[in-house]
Amino acid sequence: MKRPTTDPHVNERKIGRRAFVFGAAQLGILGVLGYRMRELQIKQADQYRLLADENRINIRLIPPARGRIFDRNGLTLADNEPNYRITIVRDNAGDVEEVLHRLSRIVTLTPEQISEALETVQTSSPFVPVTILDRLTWDDIAEVSANAPALPGITADLGLSRYYPVGNDFAHVVGYVGRVTSYHLSRIDDNDPVLRIPDFQIGLTGVEVKEEKPLRGKAGTRRIEVNARGRMMRELDRVEAIKGDDIQLTVDTGLQNFVQARLAGEAASAIVMDVETGDLLAVGSAPTFDPNLFVRGISTSDYNALLNDKYRPFRSKAIQDIYPPGSTFKMITALAAFEDGQVDLNETVRCVGHKEVADVRFHCWKRAGHGNVNLHKSLKESCDVYYYDLALRVGIDKIAEMARKFGIGVRHDIPMSAVARGLAPDKAWKREVREEDWRIGDTVNASIGQGYVLSSPLHLAVMTARLASGRAVEPRLVKSRNGVEVPIAGNAPIDVNPNTLEAIRKSMYAVCNTRGGTAYASRTTVQDFRMAGKTGTSQVRRITAAERARGVTRNEDLPWERRDHALWVNYAPYDNPKYAVAVIVEHGGGGSKAAAPIGRDITLRALYGRTPPLEAYPSRAQASARATLRRMEPLLRDFDTQAALDADKT
Amino acid sequence: MSYLEYTVRQTPTGARKLLYFNWPLIVLIVAVGCVGFLMLYSVAGGSWTPWAIAQMQRFALGMTLMFIVALTPIWFWRNTAGVAYLASLILLVVVEIIGDVGGGSQRWIDLGFMRLQPSEMAKITVVMLLAAYYDWLPPEKVSRPFWIIVPLVFILLPVLLVLRQPDLGTSLLIIMGGGIMLWFAGVHWAYFAGVIATGCATIYAVFATRGTPRQILSDYQMDRIDTFLDPSADPLGDGYHITQSKIALGSGGWTGRGYMQGTQSQLNFLPEKHTDFIFTTLAEEFGFVGAISLLALYGLIIAFCVVSAMRMRDRFASLVTLGIAATFFLYFAVNMGMVMGLLPVVGVPLPLVSYGGSAMLVLLVAFGVVQSAHIHRAR
Repeated sequence: MKRPTTDPHVNERKIGRRAFVFGAAQLGILGVLGYRMRELQIKQADQYRLLADENRINIRLIPPARGRIFDRNGLTLADNEPNYRITIVRDNAGDVEEVLHRLSRIVTLTPEQISEALETVQTSSPFVPVTILDRLTWDDIAEVSANAPALPGITADLGLSRYYPVGNDFAHVVGYVGRVTSYHLSRIDDNDPVLRIPDFQIGLTGVEVKEEKPLRGKAGTRRIEVNARGRMMRELDRVEAIKGDDIQLTVDTGLQNFVQARLAGEAASAIVMDVETGDLLAVGSAPTFDPNLFVRGISTSDYNALLNDKYRPFRSKAIQDIYPPGSTFKMITALAAFEDGQVDLNETVRCVGHKEVADVRFHCWKRAGHGNVNLHKSLKESCDVYYYDLALRVGIDKIAEMARKFGIGVRHDIPMSAVARGLAPDKAWKREVREEDWRIGDTVNASIGQGYVLSSPLHLAVMTARLASGRAVEPRLVKSRNGVEVPIAGNAPIDVNPNTLEAIRKSMYAVCNTRGGTAYASRTTVQDFRMAGKTGTSQVRRITAAERARGVTRNEDLPWERRDHALWVNYAPYDNPKYAVAVIVEHGGGGSKAAAPIGRDITLRALYGRTPPLEAYPSRAQASARATLRRMEPLLRDFDTQAALDADKT
Repeated sequence: MSYLEYTVRQTPTGARKLLYFNWPLIVLIVAVGCVGFLMLYSVAGGSWTPWAIAQMQRFALGMTLMFIVALTPIWFWRNTAGVAYLASLILLVVVEIIGDVGGGSQRWIDLGFMRLQPSEMAKITVVMLLAAYYDWLPPEKVSRPFWIIVPLVFILLPVLLVLRQPDLGTSLLIIMGGGIMLWFAGVHWAYFAGVIATGCATIYAVFATRGTPRQILSDYQMDRIDTFLDPSADPLGDGYHITQSKIALGSGGWTGRGYMQGTQSQLNFLPEKHTDFIFTTLAEEFGFVGAISLLALYGLIIAFCVVSAMRMRDRFASLVTLGIAATFFLYFAVNMGMVMGLLPVVGVPLPLVSYGGSAMLVLLVAFGVVQSAHIHRAR
């Protein structure tokens, strides 16, 4: 190779200079790198530490156990039961379809369930467990666990689900829960994070929805470390969920069961209320349904069958439905007239079977008329003309005022869905709502609880309780929350003359206990358990003059939906009032025939605290009472045994 | 200098050569290697497999090769520079034909016990060839256009082959390494000014042709450039790597989160955490102190090489030493700049630390050449 001719020292110097420049450049770049490190690792360290934690830490919610619901004696009405379910995590499953197919060989899984699960799995995050099946038996779970290696991504776990041990009896009162859906979320203004837990149950009707807040409890949190793929690595810490408050209702499970059994077969409702405290001991509505169906997911055909039933099982008729109160309203008309001083307690009115008002003839139910009628006779025999007369003298506004004083046309605050307000109409109301002037005929109709007057059994029960106690008793459904007693509201004496009230009570006693009283047939024979009551029959159709001329068609001959509503209110015992009862049988016919016996049976059940003995019935009624009780027998449950079992468990 | 000037009198022979090794440099190299083992153990979640053990075996192999190369006289390496260059060119052609495809490009030849990446070899053989070329070329001709065309061809041949794989990062490293050799050799600075100006124009052209049928870079390369320019625009897609990498670095703070406690790497938020992004794990777990220490180790390696080169009288020896030091510098500077978000993600490993056989073996052999030059210099 050729020798270089240049002086090596010159060459060295040149390389040296260039290397020096290069070295300087390197130092500069090293400086930039070091500066950048300082920038990232020291100046912005906190910010990046935060981002790193955000990366790795996920917060998972722990669903709280829902508060339980008890009756006044501590029997369980709504409980949480363990729910074995199977979930799938897409990321772990790999081929979801294949895994589901294999699963279907172990547990029953319909093709619809498979396709539904597939759809849910595809639309949710790959790491979120999706419930495929729930309410499995322990055997199923064991089988699935044994086959775990063949079922990647499938986990059998234990959740809690709502369960209603008494089923049908409290479907309307307690209501039911269901899985929270985006529809619910959009309707309720609630940003509780617990609602975002998949399959979380919230109250949908009844006490379950009205007492949702205390029942729900507070979600716990689990901070977990996840890797870049979102898989959980370990739990960092956890805050346990706070269980929802237990709620005790004022209802009595045994009595409610009796009421539901007694009403079964009719479209009817009944309320039993404590006249002193306002406690609702039973809020019955028939027909009813099993709320557990809704928790588990009701089939469309079952749902439609319930929805299209003409007896409307979904309605809680005792509080949601309003009817003309009919003759049960007469006490209000009388009170208004006497309180106003227009009418003397002993005054008599002549009933000739009808009364002409403004050229219109208003009829009494008894064509022949009652002759001379005073308060006592008018209530006992339910004369209409007497009240036409009273109402015309006192005027509708006074009557409406009295009605509201006794709880009609007022929305009572109880935690059930869609509690009806009812209506105690007056002139101002008609002008405002109907945009018509009040007519004199409206007053005549209202005086006997027809026309615009509307009330639910709850209103009637409140009215009766107030008549019995003379105090402004308010209905109460929740006895205590989490052991804290709910105070008994409004027990102030009602501002009416006690003598007037006493006269009305006496007349109501006569209704049940004097020969000729409309409910004499439904009396009780036990001296301590005498009732004071009032029948009512409210028309749902207009009786034309022509029909009246040829004779009013009997209810039995009319189609069901055109028959009269049968009503009944009472309190008992007469001399020491404890319970107020209101019964409405939709299209049941006359109140004395269809509603009063039910009221009597319920009253006796409440007073005895057990299925009433036949001695309590007049001898002529014993045969039919026996038949009725026998018919009810399959529906009655022995809650004493049940209570003993529950006590053993705890 | 001629062969004759390397007399027995001037250079050590036989076992005495061991005394003349650049031992501090070897200590530094082993130290950096050990940092690599520690980090690979950590990113495997506290396990010697799959990476740390394999890396140690290769390191041992590499060190052995380094000693063999070091004990071989430097003039042998000057004379074989051309052969080595040709060999790496052939291997690049071979990889083009039968290479394994990985990560979207065709870069490896499977040798059974390891996968050889000829482009890594080319980085060093280009440096050696250029050092030999300028040793041969009389200095007065260095800046003449014809004598500049020749080394440019030497550089561009492997670059074109590497670009076809495609591997933009390695291509750029070869170009820069070669360019720095020209600089050391004393090519007139005006050429460099011209190249830099051309480079700027090229960058402009790259962006100007984007989306047209004459687009210069492939889409994935354009995307990487976009990601580099604004990683936050697509934090879960292309920007993911760099965003997570910066989070890992930043969350390290002063002293780091503790060995094997880095959440970003231990929980797999970091991409390529055992190869190109291993520096982020180090910075996350040992913090600023750890990162600066590694930077210092690298700086010392460069410094020892440069000091050694300054004391050599042989043109080939000093040029090859400087060139290897520069290549080494480019490796870690580009890698660190990349993970810190200063440079686009181009796929350059952290030298002697990243998991990967070819780069490590090639670098250790190159340091063998540096040692050989050190041992066999005229005294």
